[in-house]
Amino acid sequence: MTTPHQPSGFRFGDLKKMFSGSGGSVARQLGILGSLVVIILIFQVLTWILRGAGLTLSSGNLINVVNQYSYILILAIGMVMVIIMGHIDLSVGSVAAFVGVVVAKSMSEWNVPWPLAIVLGLVLGAAVGAWQGFWVAYMNVPAFIVTLAGMLIFRGANQWVGDSTTISVPREFTVIGAGYLPEVALPLPFNVPTMVLALLAAAWVVFFEFRIRAKQRRVGSEPSPLWVSVVKATLLAAVLLVAGWLFATGREGTSFPISGLVLVALVIVYSFITNRTVAGRHIYAVGGNRQAARLSGVKDRRVDFFVMMNMSVLAAVAGMIYVARATASGPQDGNGWELDAIASVFIGGAAVSGGIGTVVGSIIGGLVMAFLNNGLQLLGVGADLVSIIKGMVLLIAVGVDVFNKTQGRPSLIGLALKRRPRQEFGEPVTTTPVTIERAKTLGEGAESQKTESL
Amino acid sequence: MDSMDADPALPPPILEMRGISKEFPGVKALSQVSLSVHEGEIHAICGENGAGKSTLMKVLSGVYPFGSYTGDIVLRGEEMRFRDIRSSEQAGIAIIHQELALIPELSIVENIFLGNEVARGGVIDWDEAKRRATELLERVGLKEDPDIAIKHLGVGKQQLIEIAKALNKNVQLLILDEPTAALNETDSQHLLGLIEELKSRGIASIIISHKLNEIEQVADEITIIRDGRLVETLEVATGINEDRIIQGMVGRSLESRYPDRAAEIGEVFFEIEGWTVQHPTVPERQVVKNASMHLRRGEVVGIAGLMGAGRTELARSVFGRSYGTYVSGRIVKDGREIALPDVPSAIRAGLAYVSEDRKVLGLNLLDSIKRSIVSAKLRKIARRGVVDDDAEARVSEEYRKALRIKTPDVDTGVATLSGGNQQKVVLAKWMFTDPDVLILDEPTRGIDVGAKYEIYAIINQLAASGKGVIVISSELPELLGISDRIYTVFEGRITDCLSADQATPEALMRSMTSLTRKATAA
Repeated sequence: MTTPHQPSGFRFGDLKKMFSGSGGSVARQLGILGSLVVIILIFQVLTWILRGAGLTLSSGNLINVVNQYSYILILAIGMVMVIIMGHIDLSVGSVAAFVGVVVAKSMSEWNVPWPLAIVLGLVLGAAVGAWQGFWVAYMNVPAFIVTLAGMLIFRGANQWVGDSTTISVPREFTVIGAGYLPEVALPLPFNVPTMVLALLAAAWVVFFEFRIRAKQRRVGSEPSPLWVSVVKATLLAAVLLVAGWLFATGREGTSFPISGLVLVALVIVYSFITNRTVAGRHIYAVGGNRQAARLSGVKDRRVDFFVMMNMSVLAAVAGMIYVARATASGPQDGNGWELDAIASVFIGGAAVSGGIGTVVGSIIGGLVMAFLNNGLQLLGVGADLVSIIKGMVLLIAVGVDVFNKTQGRPSLIGLALKRRPRQEFGEPVTTTPVTIERAKTLGEGAESQKTESL
Repeated sequence: MDSMDADPALPPPILEMRGISKEFPGVKALSQVSLSVHEGEIHAICGENGAGKSTLMKVLSGVYPFGSYTGDIVLRGEEMRFRDIRSSEQAGIAIIHQELALIPELSIVENIFLGNEVARGGVIDWDEAKRRATELLERVGLKEDPDIAIKHLGVGKQQLIEIAKALNKNVQLLILDEPTAALNETDSQHLLGLIEELKSRGIASIIISHKLNEIEQVADEITIIRDGRLVETLEVATGINEDRIIQGMVGRSLESRYPDRAAEIGEVFFEIEGWTVQHPTVPERQVVKNASMHLRRGEVVGIAGLMGAGRTELARSVFGRSYGTYVSGRIVKDGREIALPDVPSAIRAGLAYVSEDRKVLGLNLLDSIKRSIVSAKLRKIARRGVVDDDAEARVSEEYRKALRIKTPDVDTGVATLSGGNQQKVVLAKWMFTDPDVLILDEPTRGIDVGAKYEIYAIINQLAASGKGVIVISSELPELLGISDRIYTVFEGRITDCLSADQATPEALMRSMTSLTRKATAA
C-alpha cells in the first residue's frame, strides 16, 4: 500500500498520506515542518536570552497564536484547493468582512438568534462563492480578475451594510472566536477537556501507526522495523501531550480555543476530502492536467465552480470567527488576509502552476508565518521589519522550491531515460531482411549521392 | 575534365548536407543523410510521418544548433555552423514552418519586419517600412493593405506573408514545411506558382510535402527519407510518377515485428454513420466530412491517413464530442443509437480513447501510477464518494503485473517512467473502464521496438476478449501488421476500406493522398 522504505521519520497513519498524496514532494513538506520546528526553537531560545524566559512555548503565547491565526489557517485550507486548480482567490478578506458584517447586523439589529446567524453566514458565503464560481467556471473569466473584482465588490458591500462603522455582536456569539474549552469541576491543576482531547489525539496517532503496519502486512508490502514505528508514535504522542498540557495549564479561564477546535476539525475533514474522495482526486486531476482530466471524464468546470464556492464558504467561517474574537464587525476587517493565506499555501509547498499542494502542508506553511510573526513581536521587532522578513521568507521558500524543480527536472528525465534499455529506433531496418527492391533503391541512392558529391 | 564535360548544364550545388546524423535521447532521428540542392532548383523531400524530414530541416535552419548533430552543412562551398535560426537567416536560409509564426494581432507590415524593424536609433520609420512592405507584397502577388491585422487574412495569404518576410531577409534558400497542407486548391496553385517564379530568379527551395501530385508538378529533384535514412534521390525529369515515390517511401519489410494474430471476428456492434464535424474555431472548415465506418467484435480496425487528414478529429469527436463542433451523424452501438454529448457519457457507453499525446492529453504527470490507472473510472472503486485505498492498490498492482509495467511499485510517479511504460499506464487506465470500443491514437509513437511489440500483444488480447479496437497510426507497416481491416482518411473523408489481405502500402498511400477511389465496404 505505501512505500516500505521512506527516508522520513514522519510517516504515520493518515498524516503520511496527507503529505505524500498527490501533493508531490514529501521531502519538501518535511523540510517545511523542519523549518517550523527550527523557527519555534530559535524564538524560544531568543526570548529566553533577551526576555529572560522562553516565551514562544508558553501557555499564554500558544493560546494567543491559535486565537490570532486560526482564521488565516482556515482560509489557507480553501486557498490550497484553489491554487491546486491553478486559480487564485484575492477576495477572501473582503468576503470574510462582508459575511462578518451581515452576521453581526443580523444579530444586533434584526435580533436573529446566533445559531441561525451562523447558518445565515454560511449560506451567504456559499452564495458569494457561487457567484464567483459562475464567472470562473462558466464564463471563462480568469479567477484573478473575478476575485479582484470580488475584493472591491465585497469590501464595498461590507462598508455599505455596516455604514463603515463597527457593529458589536452578542456575548454568546463570541464563543466561536474568543471562547475556550469549558472548565470541569474537578480538583485537578489543569483543564480537563483539553487534556482529554490531547490524550485522544495521542491514542489515535498510536492506533493509526499500528493499523498502517497491519495494512501493509495485509497487502504484502514490507512494514518498516518495529522500533521505527514505536519511536515515531511515541514522539508524536509526546508532542501532542506536551502541547495539550501547555494549553491546559494556562491562565485561569483559558484552555484550548474553540476557534482552534474548528480549525482542527476542518483540517481533518478537508485532508480526507482531498485525499480520499472522488471530488478530491478530481481537484488534483484538473489542476495537474486539465485536458487529460477532461478526456478522462472529469467535469472540470464543475470542479472549478465548487472549489471557488468552497473557498468563499471557508472565508465566511473565517470572517465569523474574526468578528466573534473582536466582539464586533468593522469596515477594515480582513484587510490583507488573502495575501497571508496565499503565502501560507506557497510556503507549504504548493506549485504556482497548479496540481501540487496539500492541506496539511499549507497549515504548516501558515504556522511558519504565524510563529515568525509572533516571535518577532515577542522580541519587540517593529511591524515594518516584520513585514520585510515575512516577504523575504515567502520569496526564499518559493525560490528554493522553483530552484529545486528546475534542477530536478532534467535529472528526472535523465533518470527515466537511463532506466530504459538502449533504444534502437533505426536498427530494425538493418536487422530485418531487406527486400530486393529496397536494396536496389538504396544502392541507387548511394550512387547518386556519390556522383553528386564528386 | 571528363565529368565536367559530361554534365555541362548542371550548376554547382548551392547547398550540400553531408552525412547528417541526429540523435534524440534514445532515438536516432537521422542517420547519415546527405542532400544537395543546386541553384535555382526546387527540391522536394518525401517520407512518411516521423521519417526525419522536419528534423533534417531543423538541422539545416539552425533550430538544432551546430554540435547537436554530426555531419557537415556546406553553403556555396563554405562550411556552416549555425548557432540558431538567426545565424542561418543571415546566411540566406529561411524556413517556413507548418505552424505559421505570425502574430495575429499585429499588422502585415509589423509582422514582415518583426525582429528586423526599419528603424533609426530605435524609432521605426513607418513610411519607409510600408513602402518596402508594399513592394514585397507585390513580389508575392498579394494585394492587401499592409496595415491590416494578420488575423483578418486566410491561411493562404498568411503563407504568402511568411514568404514576403523571408524575401525581406534576402533569402537564397527557402525551406517550406508542408506549405499547402492547410490551403485549398487555388491558394495551393498560387503558392506553387510563386515558388516557381522565385526559382526563375535564382532562389532555390526545399519543399516538404505529403501531396505527391504537387511535388511531381513543381519539383526538380526528390529526396526520399525513411526511418531517418536516405533512401534515394530521384530526378523528376527522368519520368518519375507518384507510384515511384510511394514505393520509395514505404518499401520496407514487415517480418516478425508483430505478434501472430488469430482473429475471431464477431458481428458488427459499433457503427458511425454520416459523421460530420466542424473545426472548433473556424466554423466554415469541416474537419470530418460524412464519415461512416463500422466495427465488429474481436476486430482490430486501422485508420490510415496523413497528419492533418482528420483521423484524430474523427476519433475525438466520436469520443464524447471532445473535439470540434458536431454537425451531423449518428453512432449505433449494439443496434441502438446512442448519444454521446460529453466524455462521461462516452465512458459510460463503453468507449475509451487513448490519445496520441500521452503527456499532454493522456496523463497527469504529477500523479502516481496507481492514481493514474484508476482515474478514468474512480467510481468503480469508490463508495459514497470515498475512494477505497485497498482496492486502488490491488487493482493497480494487477495491471502492473498483467501489462508488465516496469516500475518498483505503483506509488511511483508516472513522470519517471519510460514512454513505453507510460503508454502501458494509459492503456491500463482505459482497460480499467471496461470499454467495448477502444480507440488507440498512435499507440506506439515514440516508444522503443520491444515495448511496441508488447503493446501490439495487448491490442490482440483486447480484441480476443471480444472488444473492438480502432488503431490510428501514421506507420503503415504497423497498421498492416496488426489490423484486420484498414480505413483510409484524406481531407476529412474516408476514402477507402481495405481488408488486411487486400491492403498494400502502395494502395493505402494512394487512398491517403487522393480522393480518387470511392469508399467501398469490406
